[in-house]
Amino acid sequence: MIINHPLLGPRDSAEFVYLGAAELMNRPDPETASADDWHDYAYLRDNPAGTHRELWFHEGGDRSILIVTRDTTTHEISAVELARRGAPK
Amino acid sequence: MHDLTPITALGGTAPRTDTVGDVTLTEVPDVSLASVAARVGQEDLCATRLAKLLGATAPEPGRASSGDPYAALWTGPNQWMLSADFNTHEDIAADVNAHLTDAASVTEQTDAWVCFDLTGPRINAVLELLCNIDLTRFDTANATRTSIHHLGCFVISTEAGQSVRILGPRASAGSLHHAITTAMASAL
Repeated sequence: MIINHPLLGPRDSAEFVYLGAAELMNRPDPETASADDWHDYAYLRDNPAGTHRELWFHEGGDRSILIVTRDTTTHEISAVELARRGAPK
Repeated sequence: MHDLTPITALGGTAPRTDTVGDVTLTEVPDVSLASVAARVGQEDLCATRLAKLLGATAPEPGRASSGDPYAALWTGPNQWMLSADFNTHEDIAADVNAHLTDAASVTEQTDAWVCFDLTGPRINAVLELLCNIDLTRFDTANATRTSIHHLGCFVISTEAGQSVRILGPRASAGSLHHAITTAMASAL
């Protein structure tokens, strides 16, 4: 599987580490979240057969974390973006 | 007064050189290194100051620049590795930090890495055994991090198909040297 890194171009998926669903970025606000919010955040995941947004860490490369949109039934990757705000230099 | 003997990363008193066929692997001990990471919100200021220090815009993703006294290598978004001659710039982190001040975090990396130069007309035959770099597109001044022998290394193309510089973890210098010389013996 090849992941088309937004900065570095096509890279082998063996260079990456899978970090789970992209919803992990939506951490509850520690000031206001209830125990149920934390339970949902920590344990509940959708398990779609189809399009899935997920985090991949480029461990063997530039150490950026990518949001990869992948079809879980075909492994086709339809979008790759950096998991960060603003354009890097 | 201590009476210590300076040794290279491979443990010798002189840099190691290995030649197989027309390809030569040379240990390069006189390189000082410092990493530069722009601080959040200071990316533009860091880029401006870094350009002034390097005499040119800091390298783009996947690229390296040579220069006097500082060469630079893109290592990640808003991050670079700077290198200089150890004999004149042993205190590289303090020197660079004096120019970048609060726009970036500068960390000395000199003794964290071992540096090898691999030169010769058939280095690509060696590199394709060692790592997954797309060598057909690895032009002069390209640079990337890759895995060699399960070690995270930076590979810098100093002359396409003729010469690369390899930075690897110094604690594994012997293993990296073994991997490269083994590949040289296999490929050449």
